[in-house]
Order: sequence, then C-alpha cells, then structure tokens
Amino acid sequence: MDLLIQVLIAGITIGSIYSLIAIGVVLIFKSSGVINFAQGSMVMVGAFITYALVVQFKIPILISLLLAFLISGVMGMIIERSVLRYLTGASLISIIMVTLGISYVLDGGALATWGSSNFTFPKLFPSFSIQLGGIKVSSIYLWSFLTSMALLVIFLLFFKYSKMGLSMRAAADNQKVAVVLGISSKKVLSLTWIISSAVATAGGILLASVSALHVNLSYIGLIVFPVVILGGLDSIAGAAVGGLIVGVLEAISGVYIAPLLGGAFQQVAAFAFLLIILLIKPYGLFGTKEIERL
Amino acid sequence: MGRNKEKQWPYYLIFLGVFLIFPFSLFQYTKYILFLVNMTAIGVIGALGLNILTGYTGLISLGQAAFMGVGAYTVAILSTRVGLPLWVNLPAAGVVTTFVGIMVGTPSLRLKGFYLAMSTLAAEFLLEYVFKNWESMTQGIQGLFITPPQIFGMPINNDRVFYFLSVTLAILGVIGTRNLFRTNVGRAFIAIRDRDIAAELIGIDVFKYKLVSFAISSFYAGVAGGLWCYYMTIINPEAFQLSISIDYVAMIIVGGMGTLWGSVYGAAFVVLLPEAIQRIMEVLQPVLHMEYTFAAFKQIVFGFIIVVFLIFEPKGLSEIFSRLGNKISNLRRKEDRIARGPRE
Repeated sequence: MDLLIQVLIAGITIGSIYSLIAIGVVLIFKSSGVINFAQGSMVMVGAFITYALVVQFKIPILISLLLAFLISGVMGMIIERSVLRYLTGASLISIIMVTLGISYVLDGGALATWGSSNFTFPKLFPSFSIQLGGIKVSSIYLWSFLTSMALLVIFLLFFKYSKMGLSMRAAADNQKVAVVLGISSKKVLSLTWIISSAVATAGGILLASVSALHVNLSYIGLIVFPVVILGGLDSIAGAAVGGLIVGVLEAISGVYIAPLLGGAFQQVAAFAFLLIILLIKPYGLFGTKEIERL
Repeated sequence: MGRNKEKQWPYYLIFLGVFLIFPFSLFQYTKYILFLVNMTAIGVIGALGLNILTGYTGLISLGQAAFMGVGAYTVAILSTRVGLPLWVNLPAAGVVTTFVGIMVGTPSLRLKGFYLAMSTLAAEFLLEYVFKNWESMTQGIQGLFITPPQIFGMPINNDRVFYFLSVTLAILGVIGTRNLFRTNVGRAFIAIRDRDIAAELIGIDVFKYKLVSFAISSFYAGVAGGLWCYYMTIINPEAFQLSISIDYVAMIIVGGMGTLWGSVYGAAFVVLLPEAIQRIMEVLQPVLHMEYTFAAFKQIVFGFIIVVFLIFEPKGLSEIFSRLGNKISNLRRKEDRIARGPRE
C-alpha cells in the first residue's frame, strides 16, 4: 500500500510537469494550428539556459529565472518570426518536419554548447519534507506540483478574463473574423510562441530539478503527445488532466507492468495507452471530432 | 516523354554499360564510394516505400525505421536460425513486414493527419521496445550477427558484389513504383491523397486502398531493412530508432513528395550529407577542437537544411532539377532557333 501511494505521488508530480509542457503544445496548436515537435527541445534548452545563468554566470536565482524566461521567450518569438510565419497554411507533414528541423537545430546547439554529460541542476527551491499519509514527500515534488498547478490556474484565468487571452482564443477560433474585429493575428502568434516557450522553460526547470539535466531531456517533447491527444488537442484543462493521467500511468506501469514484460516498459506505456485510446476514440478522450466537407 | 520506342534502347544500353562498368572504373577510394552507393540504394528502396505511403497516398508515417527493422530482423532470424538463402529471405522480409504493416495499418486507418502520425509514432516506439526486449528472438541490445549471404555460390561479402544486388533492387523498386502509378491502384492512391471524400464519391474504396498503400509501402521497407541487415551483417535496435524514421521523412521532403525521382535524390542527399559534413569537419578540425562538434554540427546542419527546404523549396530537389532541365532545354531551343536563323 505504501508503495502504491509512493508511486501515485511520483506519477502525479511527473504528470503535473507533463501537463505544463503539454499546455505549451496546446497553446500553439490552438492559436495557429501548428503541432510543435520542437516543444521538447525548447524545454531542454530552457533548462540549460537557466543552468548556465545560475551556475556558470552565478547570477542570483530570482534574476536568472526572470532572465531565463525572457531569453526563451525571445527564442520562441524568433522561431515564429523566422520560420513558422512562412509556413502559414502549409500541409501537416511540412509543419511536422519543420518543427522537427527546429528541434534538431536546438538539440545540436545544446549539444555543441554543453556536451552530452549529465548535470546536476542547482536547487532553486528551499528544501523541506512533509509527511503525507505516513510517507515522506520531498520538497522538490511538492514544489513542482504546486508550480505546475499555479501556472495552470493562471493560464485558465488568462484565457477566460484577460483581453489578450480572449483575443488569442478569438484568433484561434476563426482567424479571419478575429482580424475583422481588430485583433492582430501576427501579434497574437508572436505572443503565443513567447508564452509557450516560457512555459517550456518552466517545465524544463522543474523536470531538470526532479531528474537530471541532459541533452536527452528533449525526449519529453514526444511524451507529451499522448498527453495532448488524451486531453484533446485544443483544451488546456484537458492537457492538465491528460498530463496527470499519463504521469500516473507511467509510474504504475514502471512498478507493476515492467517487471512482467521486461525492459523499460514505462517508457512506452504512454504510447501503448495512446494506441488503445485512438482505437476506441479516434479523436482522443476529450477532443472535438473534425467535421469535413468537400 | 516525346521519345518513341525505337529510340529508347540506346539509352538503356548506355545505362546498362555504366551500371556494369561503374564499380570497376574507380581509381581511388573504391570501397568508400561503393559503400555510399550501397547505402544510397538501400535508402532509395526505403524512401520509395515511404513516398508511396506519404507522398502519393497522403498518409503520414513516422514508423518507417521500425518497419525496416522488422524486415532486418526477419532476415537475420531466418538466415541464422533456419539457414534459408538470400532469395527466400529478402521476399520473406518483405512479406512479414507487409503483415506487420497491415496489422499497424488496419486500426490506424480510421485516423487522419496528426492522429495517424501519432499512431505510427506509437508503433515505432512499441516495435523498438519489442526489438529491445524480445531477447529470445532478437538478442536485445546486443544484436544479431549473420554471415554474408551467397548467390549462385558466390559470397556477397564485399561492397562491389553487394553493389550489384542493392542497385539492381533499387532500380527494380523505381521501375515498380513508376508502373504502380500507371495502374488504377496508383491512381486511386493519388485520388485519396488529393481529396479522400471526393475519391470515395467517385467509387474508390478508400479504406481498402489505404490499406493496400500501407502494405506496399511496408513491403518496400521490409526489403530495404533486409538488405541493410545483409550489408551490415550485424543489427541491433539502435539502427531502427525514431531518428532514422525522421531521416526517411526528410528524404522524401528534400527529394520531393509524390515524385518518383524525389525518393532517389532525397535518399542520395540524406546519405551523402553527413559524409560531406564529416569531410568538412575533418578539414576544420585543426581550427575547432571540441569533443562533440561533429554530432552536434551534423544535427544543426541537417535541421537547418530541412527548414530551409520547407520554406524556400517545399517541392524539393526534383522540382529544382526539373526547373533546371526546363531552363537548359529552353536554352537549347533558343540556340537552335538562332542557328536556324530568323523565321520568315
């Protein structure tokens, strides 16, 4: 029983980070219809930028966090401006490949700069531990869960009440009508990429704090696809729920199923689950069915 | 196009002559050049398969490498466990992969676009997991060794002999693909790609033809994987990772989606690019001394080239070449006209 609770806690923590990263993917999809295969690389680069600022340049933590968000935001804007703007309305495979190309460039850049060794991420959060149902939960889990949830709530409120959030949703819903209403779709797209990239950095910092910092962290960008499909490609709340489900699923299959099947089954559990979901519901659990007309 | 039948055979003869003489005409680096040609030939077969599925039928697959892996493991297991010869194993690799392709394809074909891409991505990861963990069959990450195969009692153990096998199969693949798109099956694929609902309205059984496309594409992938296995004589799961699948998608994008020669240009490009980068890096090595520079630099250049192609030349190399060809023939026509003098 203790084991199960521990597994659940670990799953929920990782899951909340997945949710956070998945939100970045959903944001970009919602506002431009682009499926971003570079999100994982943005996560990894964000974590490395923070690492460089805190450890290599020895800037105080709060300032370096702000700087990291700023730098990654600019990076997101550059990606949108210099690449994706030219591919508006391109076919899906072009979008997939171009974002994969971007992720190759980012991964290669990180590899050239930092090499392929493991780094221990600096402790950015005050550490303590609490007792939860007789089980000690270390602070890093709590911090990442709380940060993820706080950011999720902030985004939900942002999209519901702020003017910018509303115009982003309008642009996502119908670009032409949004332009007629006086919303600059270019501005909205830039902002989406800035926010999404900053969110990726937040996810990267949490992920690197929970595990370790390595170039292969960008693999997370693929794990979040089961999350976004589970939650529906265009739903932020769905992404949050999907992240938790996938996190818990991975943790459980790591402990209970992997010993039966052998190997690291938890690494592919999300994809096995995804296949089953797609068999039953071709548009994901909460996704909207696309209606096609001639 | 305009050439008539009688005039074609000299071209075929010249081509045959070049094909036969080429491996003996190299003065230097013979092994290396033939290695590149062989890798390109294998790439061409795999890329043709993916192009049939993605370029002609419009179904995105991120699982090409895993399908090639199925073919490669089929060959390895059949030749080490059962001891079957090459001419049985290669078709068997194709057939087994076709079945796996149909197994993956059947549930996936209800899906479209991104969801289909995701289900093939899932298939890639799950097959990779099987390669790694079905140790009684695949030996896990250790990999399987095979002895070089024999044809007519002649061992295919060097690059020159393998050249005749791989390039012949690649040419057969090109001819097969060209002829496929002259039949109603191929035309049905194109109709499905262009507008699946309209295709259904004119009486094309969309589900059936999508499945056929999956099957044909998997057959090509299986043969390519089998060849790869024979060429490397050792296989492990690492050779069939997602990044290899991405290489294949890059091939058809850089070469030209839905074009016959696009697969050939793309395969050559993607095989030769890392080599070219490596040569350049070797020259630059005295200037830059960093440990991971090559891998990193290769990734950056590769990604950059994909992005540049998609922005500036989404139709790929085959479009560039055909434009160049048009320009040259226009020039020639102009010269002819000048030579003939002004028209009255």
